[in-house]
Amino acid sequence: MIWSELTRGMRPRPVKASLSGIARRRSLWERIHLDPWLLGMLLVLMLAGLMVLYSASGQRLPVVTAQAIRFGVGLVVMAALAQLSPTTLLRWTPPIYAAVLLMLVAVELIGDMGMGAQRWLEIPGVIRFQPSELMKLAMPMMVAAWLSRQPFPPRWRDLMVCAVIIGVPVVLIAKQPDLGTSLLVTAAGIFVILLAGLSWRFILLCGVLASAALPLLWMSLHDYQRQRVLTFLDPESDPLGAGWNIIQSTTAIGSGGFWGKGWLKGTQSQLEFLPERHTDFIVAVLGEEFGLVGMLAFLLLYLLIVARGLWLAGAAQETFGRLVGGSIVLTFFIYVFVNVGMVSGILPVVGVPLPLVSYGGTSSVTLMAGFGILMAIHAHRRLLPR
Amino acid sequence: MRRRRETLKNPEQELRLFRMRSLLAVLVAVCLTGLLGGRLFYLQVVQHEVYSTRSEKNRVRVEPLPPTRGLIYDRNGVLLAENRPTYNLTLVRERVEDLDATLSLLVDLLDMPEEDVDAFRMRSRQRQRPFQPALLMSDLDEDQIARLAVNRYRLPGVEVEAQLLRYYPDAETMVHALGYVGRINARELEALDGGNYAGTHFIGKTGVERFYEDELHGQAGLRKVETNARGRVLRELGHTDPVPGEDLTLTLDSELQKLAVELLDGRRGAIVAIAPATGEILALASVPGFDSNQFVTGIDVASYRALQEDLDLPLYNRAIRGHYPPGSTIKPFLALAGLAEGKITPDTTIRDPGYYQLPNDSRRYRNWLRWGHGRVDLERAIAVSNNTYFYSLAHDLGIDHIHDNMSAFGFGQRVAHDVQGESDALMPSRDWKRGRFNQPWYPGETLSVGIGQGYWQLTPLQLATATAVLANRGKWVKPRLAHQVGEEDVPVELPDTPPDITLDNEGWWDRIVSGMEKVVSGHEGTARRIGQDLEYRMAGKSGTAQVFSLGQDQKYNADEIKERLRDHALFMAFAPAESPEIAVAVIVENAGGGSTHAAHLAKAMTDTWLLEDEAPDTEEVREVLEREDDRVAGSQG
Repeated sequence: MIWSELTRGMRPRPVKASLSGIARRRSLWERIHLDPWLLGMLLVLMLAGLMVLYSASGQRLPVVTAQAIRFGVGLVVMAALAQLSPTTLLRWTPPIYAAVLLMLVAVELIGDMGMGAQRWLEIPGVIRFQPSELMKLAMPMMVAAWLSRQPFPPRWRDLMVCAVIIGVPVVLIAKQPDLGTSLLVTAAGIFVILLAGLSWRFILLCGVLASAALPLLWMSLHDYQRQRVLTFLDPESDPLGAGWNIIQSTTAIGSGGFWGKGWLKGTQSQLEFLPERHTDFIVAVLGEEFGLVGMLAFLLLYLLIVARGLWLAGAAQETFGRLVGGSIVLTFFIYVFVNVGMVSGILPVVGVPLPLVSYGGTSSVTLMAGFGILMAIHAHRRLLPR
Repeated sequence: MRRRRETLKNPEQELRLFRMRSLLAVLVAVCLTGLLGGRLFYLQVVQHEVYSTRSEKNRVRVEPLPPTRGLIYDRNGVLLAENRPTYNLTLVRERVEDLDATLSLLVDLLDMPEEDVDAFRMRSRQRQRPFQPALLMSDLDEDQIARLAVNRYRLPGVEVEAQLLRYYPDAETMVHALGYVGRINARELEALDGGNYAGTHFIGKTGVERFYEDELHGQAGLRKVETNARGRVLRELGHTDPVPGEDLTLTLDSELQKLAVELLDGRRGAIVAIAPATGEILALASVPGFDSNQFVTGIDVASYRALQEDLDLPLYNRAIRGHYPPGSTIKPFLALAGLAEGKITPDTTIRDPGYYQLPNDSRRYRNWLRWGHGRVDLERAIAVSNNTYFYSLAHDLGIDHIHDNMSAFGFGQRVAHDVQGESDALMPSRDWKRGRFNQPWYPGETLSVGIGQGYWQLTPLQLATATAVLANRGKWVKPRLAHQVGEEDVPVELPDTPPDITLDNEGWWDRIVSGMEKVVSGHEGTARRIGQDLEYRMAGKSGTAQVFSLGQDQKYNADEIKERLRDHALFMAFAPAESPEIAVAVIVENAGGGSTHAAHLAKAMTDTWLLEDEAPDTEEVREVLEREDDRVAGSQG
């Protein structure tokens, strides 16, 4: 009984045509505004992630528990956000964006230092968080909100506005300095524009301009960021210093082989040769202990989540929801690509976690919030008149 | 067209476009994932071997397990060299939070010298492997260890490490017989088997410690350990136990050795005692000695310079490297050469007018007794140490026969089996002189050799060895220091033992021995003072060696010149004469008291060895010696 209720939304739609969307009896999933496929895949990912984390943290249960609690919080946030209607979201977008932007300015002025960067904002005794994480959601929403009101496809004037919406917070985040997040935030904004149907000619032009601007970007980088790029190009140049991370992570992955060394049996991971192995470099643990098979399984799971997410976004009925949803999903993929690429040595080291596997609070909650918004957009479509 | 687009929103077109772009995005995502998959395939399948090896190398470290060095005992099981645990203070930089505070606390606690701290800071500036303990202070005493233990909680990262160090309980007495170990230097390191010495810091530098280095050292083991990235050992993956070095039992008698050193105390000289039947070296003393333990822990520059510049040359092993003119001690051997070559018989006599003249030469070679000994036969020539008899004999033999016959007794050669650093000394010959000075041999030089002067030089060990061969009536035994290496006995018959010496008439040996007995027991024997209350038959021969020259760069003060220009006193002896159990050679530099000085020491040695119930009383001997010295000084003045 419960099973049929639970799986109703997952079964093919009844062949019998309903008179109207409202009249059709909605499944349990539709009533709670969640997508069972996406939720299911996320839960699988979380559980697998916790398993890897247990090994990567040196088998410390408190770490795993803390992460599980964050996942719980994330799920609650997701479910809560899924209840909002896209109209409400659209209405609240400008104030949210403005608030997060203000917080970023506040970080710049009074933020906490942590790990050599000024990223944290703290209300003592209440909460301590990174406003830049919130920007990962506020940004695409704001861009989408602007573009969805404009005629289609985007015009020059709209693009200039978008450039400002994206540029100001990105500069603030990059100044903290947090290269990884600023890249992700930029990507989130740009995906909205791309999905909105920016013409190919323009995309090409931007590509040319961007490559021309690379030297400028190089000059504006911090020393440690430049070092990372140089190290990426030749890790052996400083095997005990900056190159250590990459050498050890590729060694871990490579030594895993096809089947892996087995859970909790990775010597690189368990003997602490891997730096940051339970945060940004957790993929190396995965690769060492579960081998190519495990890696491909994870990548496939991520791809399926992305595909399902895009399908959900594509099914949305109005532009704002589509754009926000699509951007959130693509940004999620960027996380995966940049993280795995960096740990396996084909991209420079950028501080991007592996979504829902790496240990870290704010990012998993933000990610789940993003999926919450995606589900809200999807689940509420039938409430809108066709 | 353009205008229409500006004003109108077209939901259908927007949706189509979005879906197109989404599809494109998925395709791009699949491609990028494929790229990642390709990279992972490359790392995990194509290059798997490379990374597997690298990861193994990362985690597995091979640590050497040094073997324990074998102990050294004397013939009665007295421990002469042992391994003592010593405690060193080490510090692991990575575990110390505040280095300055820790160091200053240690300085307060241990009265650690500031130099140690400075030296440590210098060393710690160099890059080193993480989590390697660095040496802060060596050889802690119990008090310091206790104070560290109490304050341990305030000193994270500071450890007391135990290490086995060589220790010589009676170093000053034994050093020239045993040798010593020291830290391996760069030159030795090149020649060593790196694997076997990987965990060893010390190596035998001299003496039996060096000669039996391979046996004493043993075989290193190894331990494969798994370490984490910071070098901390997590578990052992496997190990091979080291094979400890073999213990060494020496032929030395530590009591006799101690006596020899005490007898020479305050002087410079050497005493070597050998058991003639077996060649066992019972005592090998060179005085002064030094504390070899200093060399184990590492001697400081000032102390080392003091030892090096000491006028008495404590670092110099006189017993095996000292070159001394033999003086009259070799007269019995020359007599044997005369008998062997048929130049004399035991009954040959000469008339001694107090000097000897070469044919067609007006120069007179004097006997020590100006008016001569009158009629002298072989035994009396030895007993009274008549020079004229031996001038004549030497002339009859010629340098070639002398060289060959004396070489048969081991003079001019290294004689011992396992004495490291032994010197050849010098047995002169025609060839040698031509090579050395490019001059022919003069007949007058043969006469000098005939009374143990001139070019002839020997080491105390050579003299003792030749005495032992004489005591054996020509049967050669190689002197040896090791009695047992591990469980294995060193055989009496050693390879490369020189051929035994034979005479046409075996009875002639007794005539020589009889002459030597008269040295100590005869009424005109040169060492008759020691023969007065002999409880056994002793055969000996005295000798006096002139100190004729001083090196040009040697600076002595006035008092010392007088002392250091005095003659060396020599004595060789064996006893009991009929079945010898001990052969002794004694050399006392600048003794002053004449040859009897050395004879007293030789008698103390034989007494101790032969008379079981009589404990050696060095005080008594010294008193006798002082009286003797005074008597000689009085008669000279």
